[in-house]
Amino acid sequence: MIYLPGLAVAVAAFWFALSGQTTPLFLLLAVVSILATLWLCARLGIIDRDASPYHLAHLLVLYAGWLVVEIFKANVVVIRSVLDLRQTISPAVVKVPPDAKTDFGRALFANSITLTPGTVTIDIAGDLLVHVLHEENSQPASFALMNRMAARAADGWE
Amino acid sequence: MLLAAAAAGLMTAMALGLVRALIGPTSYDRILSANSFGTKTVMFIALIGFVFGRPDFLDIAIAYALINFVATIALMKFFRYRSLQASLSRLAPAKDTGADAGGAP
Amino acid sequence: MSEVVTWIGSSLAVAGALAAIIGSLGVIRFPDFYTRTHAASITDTGAATLMILGLILISGWSVLALKLAIIWAFIMLTSPTAAHALTNAAYGAGERPQLGPWRLFDRDRKEAER
Repeated sequence: MIYLPGLAVAVAAFWFALSGQTTPLFLLLAVVSILATLWLCARLGIIDRDASPYHLAHLLVLYAGWLVVEIFKANVVVIRSVLDLRQTISPAVVKVPPDAKTDFGRALFANSITLTPGTVTIDIAGDLLVHVLHEENSQPASFALMNRMAARAADGWE
Repeated sequence: MLLAAAAAGLMTAMALGLVRALIGPTSYDRILSANSFGTKTVMFIALIGFVFGRPDFLDIAIAYALINFVATIALMKFFRYRSLQASLSRLAPAKDTGADAGGAP
Repeated sequence: MSEVVTWIGSSLAVAGALAAIIGSLGVIRFPDFYTRTHAASITDTGAATLMILGLILISGWSVLALKLAIIWAFIMLTSPTAAHALTNAAYGAGERPQLGPWRLFDRDRKEAER
């Protein structure tokens, strides 16, 4: 059971980063608030391997870097369609089957789609239902790369 | 000086965002606009801290980001289930509870 | 040196404000709720990233940069959740997306056809 102390250390570090206080009164308040947070997390049942994927940390950092670049490319496309009055937008709705097997992988993929401007996930029951701003971006190929990257980041390399 | 210009630009964006909140037409448009307004407020508070040389405003920005997210989720949960008591766990999806607002076709 | 970095940071903040204005314009301009969420996500991703990157450059290596990074990570984690909650609730309530090609200047003609 490494996840409870891991969460305690993470929450304590977060507290210190935000407050920077070291007087006894504040440290006492810190202990109280950290214990309250841990108790809430335990009550939610989220202190487990799924919620603290330490074994995936390096993959997730790489994935986040790649995703930021993708988000910027998509931002340029959407900004252009807002500013260019003569440009035609053609909204479409497509179904995208996620590659990822785990819930975490599916959530990562759906969130990545929503975070990218120009695509937003409407429904995640079964296949993902995705609303796309430009119909030419609704081909299965345009989601294939992100789908594979998210599945590998969340499920590990097979 | 540039930072003050950025703050003015952000104010303009917030004012423009309010237009959609006023004209609707659906309540989802209004909440979308309100959520976006909240994100811009977070940026504005952070920026104003730097403009006036009081960077401790960042703590307020963090708190406002938290409040904004919780408020949007709570509003959407209320619109979806017409109640704040319905379960959001995956064991009881919306389709099975029969409490779906407006009756999905 | 630090003058240049501050200047670059301020320019990034102005760029972020411009992106926020463009996002708001898109929210006003686009034809239905689902397309408006795309415009709103410019504000949530592009504008927030530019603005916070600029402020991080201004603050340099300090606890302020860490707090700004925390705000950025938090916006990036929560904005897709909020956007999905919005679209999912709208879809569940029977709001249907308008499909097919659409252009601002065609609007009057399309509404006349309807």
